[in-house]
Parts: sequence; structure tokens; C-alpha cells
Amino acid sequence: MRIDKDLVAASATPLVLAILAEGESYGYAILKRVRELSAGELEWTDGMLYPLLHRLGRLGYVTTDWRTPPEGRRRRYYVITDAGRAALAEQQRQWVTVTRALGDVWRAPAFLTAPGEA
Amino acid sequence: MDRVETQVLETQIAEWRAYVAKAPAVDGRDVDELEAHLRDQIAELDAAHLTADEAFLVAVKRMGDLDTLSREFAREHSGRLWKQLVLGGDDASARPSGGWPEALAFALGAAVTMQVARLIAGFPGEQPAWLGRNIGLFVLPFLAAYFAHRRRLDLRGWALTAVPFALAALVVNVYPFGAGSGTEFLASTVSDTELLVALHLPVVLWFATAYPYMGGTLRSHERRMDFVRFTGEWVIYYVLIALGGGVLLGLTGAILEPIGVDVEAVVEWVLPTGAAGAVIVAAWLVESKQRVVENMAPVLTMIFTPLFAVMLTIAAVTYALSGVTGAFDRELLGIFDAIMVVVLGLVLYAMSAREPSLPPGLMDRVQLLAVASALALDVMVLVVMLARIGDLGFTPNRVAALGLNLVLLVNLAGAAWLSTRFLSGRTAFHRLERWQTSYLPVFAVWAALVVVALPPMFGFR
Repeated sequence: MRIDKDLVAASATPLVLAILAEGESYGYAILKRVRELSAGELEWTDGMLYPLLHRLGRLGYVTTDWRTPPEGRRRRYYVITDAGRAALAEQQRQWVTVTRALGDVWRAPAFLTAPGEA
Repeated sequence: MDRVETQVLETQIAEWRAYVAKAPAVDGRDVDELEAHLRDQIAELDAAHLTADEAFLVAVKRMGDLDTLSREFAREHSGRLWKQLVLGGDDASARPSGGWPEALAFALGAAVTMQVARLIAGFPGEQPAWLGRNIGLFVLPFLAAYFAHRRRLDLRGWALTAVPFALAALVVNVYPFGAGSGTEFLASTVSDTELLVALHLPVVLWFATAYPYMGGTLRSHERRMDFVRFTGEWVIYYVLIALGGGVLLGLTGAILEPIGVDVEAVVEWVLPTGAAGAVIVAAWLVESKQRVVENMAPVLTMIFTPLFAVMLTIAAVTYALSGVTGAFDRELLGIFDAIMVVVLGLVLYAMSAREPSLPPGLMDRVQLLAVASALALDVMVLVVMLARIGDLGFTPNRVAALGLNLVLLVNLAGAAWLSTRFLSGRTAFHRLERWQTSYLPVFAVWAALVVVALPPMFGFR
């Protein structure tokens, strides 16, 4: 299944914020987590994550600093802020509404019968 | 991975790095971040028993097409290459001339218009007040038209660009300004309201050029910031051109005088032409020679922000201690207003040159000090001014000064409040930027009010 580009783009912000809400992380690890969560269905171009992260930084949703963990290379870590959590909550409300609406209409009996059959 | 493989891989990574770093919107630390990502990816693929070569190729491929990537970076970090963005993509760099013939055409238009107006007025022999009142209208329409042309506005865009200029021309020349209260201006006596119009009209028209500059939109906060940046850099270029022009004129005078050429006449012709043309030429320089000033701007703000902070702090403390009432007269009030405007300009410009993602630093503290001192001075000025108005009533000058002070007070108070929050880490720099870009229309509206509403309110006195 190839997920539509617009849908990937729209879900990117809440997904990244939600992953950072689990704990601080860095670019490569965030991408791995995205693949893991979507069982590989959500394919991002790796580089595109960084402009997105920088945008979240500019909006004050995440803070960032360079660190070198004991074993491993120097990386830029991202930490979600309170403003970021608030934005995530808002995004969550919107997505829940959308998925609920879609779920309802897809469960409705009319949907299962092709037009003209009824 | 053996040693040779590692070496090859390192070379490949270095080459990739150099290539990525060429993208104008991607800065060194971004490349570091991308490289760290690339190395993580290679390490993982290596663990999956790919050869170094394969791992590198897969990792680079996953990173994505570099053009798309740098465009994405450019969209986020428009401040780093606002020029290319505003010009609408790559077509600007595709024009080898950088578009100077068209800039020259508009500059000539402004220069000729200025010269014709001068000849009609008989300046400097005669110095009619209409010349001073209309001066912005001789030059700035050409600047607006230059941008409208450069941004390829459609017919509607051109029409909307023209509206404020037409209205301004109408207002300024239809209003029956009185003979005046004896204010000297261009060696003719003008009324207070007329002088205020002459001072505020260029500001209004400058804001009017923001519309074509921003490509026919006004809402985008990023574009507004670009306009602030443009204004700051335009000022720098204009001053540089003026200095160069001054040297040129001085030397020309020195060389021509001995052979009996009337130097004054030469200056009469050259100076207005140059001053008008330079407005468009400076704009063109900002547009096309962006990189030169880009390096200068942070340095200039770095030098002048602390100096102004010191000056303002000393002034604020001194005035607070010595008491303000006695020292303030009309002239000093004007100077205080000018200082406040300069501080605001400096703050705005420093903001536009700042990388928004950086954490608060020393410079932000210094800037807050400057803003807080300016705020203190502004409050003192305001108190004196209110007392004066209480004693003597409203005059056009007092209303204009009071309004400007209030407009500045609100702006500086908001800026000080948000910087404090930013410094204590409770808000993002983005909020500060937003405050300033949202506030820009207030300045424009206030200047427009002085031009349009103040003269009739005071019977064109």
C-alpha cells in the first residue's frame, strides 16, 4: 500500500510530536520509530524530517541541543515543550474527529452496497 | 569494514557533505545533523552486511533528492535566502545581468521626474512648499512600480499598488493648507499640518511599496519580515551611495572650480538626480547583491545594539534622576522621538537578521536593555507631553508627537514583555517576531492618519 503524499505530510507533525512526547530523541531514531509504528507503511524521505523538526523548533514546540552520548556520535536531540504538548493535544482532537467521522461513514450499511443495488 | 573501505567511505561522505553544503538555505549545523543521520544509516546497513559502497548509496538515496531537500530547507529557513525566495525561485539567478537594465530604467524615471519637478518649482531659487510636500511622490511610485514589475504582479496587483499613491497625491495637493504659523520649511513658511504631512507622507508611501515588494500579499508574516530586512539593508546601501556621491561631488567641485565652472549649477543638476535615482539603485542592490550585506548586517547590529543600549541607559538614568520637566522643550521632544524610532529600527533589523532557532544569548539581553531604557524614556516623554497638552491644549504637532509616542510605547512594551519571556525560556522567539510583524500595519495606519485626518481636524493650520 502506498500512502498518499498529502496524507503523509499532514500526519508528519502530530506523529513527530507524539514520538517526542514519549521521550527526547534525534532525527535518525525518530525516523526508525515512524517506520516501526507504521510497520514500514509510512515511507518518509529521510532528509525531509529535518526541515520539519526545525519548523517545530521555530514555533517553540521543541527545544534542541547537540549532545554526544557516552557511546555514539554527536547528535542533535529534540525535546518537546509544553507548547508542543498543547499543539499535540489539539492535533489529536482533530485527528480523532476525522477518523471517527470516516469510521462512522464506512461502517454505515449504505456504504457496503454499491450504488444502484439498493 | 576494512581500512581501505573506511577510507573510501570517508571520502564519499566528505564529498556528499560538500555538495549538500552548497545549498544556500542549508547551513553548517544542518549539514552536521544530516551527516550524523547519514552515518547512523550507514552503520545500520553495514550491520546488515551491506558493503560500505552499497550502504553509502542506499543511505544517500534514502536521504532524498537534494534539490527537493534544499527547497524544503529554504521554505523553513527563508531568512537565510529570502532573496531567492522573494524573487520567485531560480529565475533570478538565471538572468545573468541580475536585472540591472530594468532597475536603471526605473531609476532614470525617478531621476527625470525629480528633475522636472525641480525645474517647474525653480528650486533652489524658489522653494515652494508643494515641492517638499510631494517629494515622496516623485520617487517612491517608481520604486513600487519596480517591485510590481519584478514580482510580475498581474493587472489587479498593479492597480492595487497604484491606489495608495493616487490617493496620497490627491490628498496632498487638494488640501487647502493655510499660510501657517511661521514654521520655516524649505525657506518658505508653511503651516504645521503641512509640515507634518511632508514628514509623514514618505513613511506612508514606503509602507505602500511593501505591497508590491511582498508580491501582492500583505498577510504573510514571513514576507513582512523580509520587508523589514529589505528596509534595513536599503538604508545601509543608500547611506553608502550617498557617502560615495558626496565624495564624488566634492572632488568634482574641487577639480572644476579652478577653470571657472559654476559648481553650484552642477550640484543643482546632479544632486537631485542622484538622490532620486539612488533610491531605486539601492533597492536593486539589496535585491541582487544580497550576500554582501547579509554578512554586514549581523556585524552592524552587533556593534550598534550595545552602543545604543549604553547610550539609552545613561540617558534614561540621567533624566530619571534630574527630573524631566525642565529640560524638555519642543526640539528635545523631537530628538527623543527620533531616538525611539532608531531603537525600534535597530531592534527590528537585529530581529530580522537573527537566526530564529538559536537559544537566547547575550545579544538578546543587551537588546532587552536597550528596549527597556527606550521604554523608560518614552514614558517620561509621554508624561511631559500630556502635561503640556493639559496646560496648552492640542495642536497638530502635539497630536502627531503624542500619537507617535503611544504607538511606540505599545510596541516597545510588547517587545520588552515578550523578550523577557523569551529570555526566561517561556516563549519561542517566533512569538517576538510575530508581535513585530503584526504591529507593522499600526505604524502605517498612524502615518496615514497624520497625512489624511490631521490637516482637516485642525483646519489646515
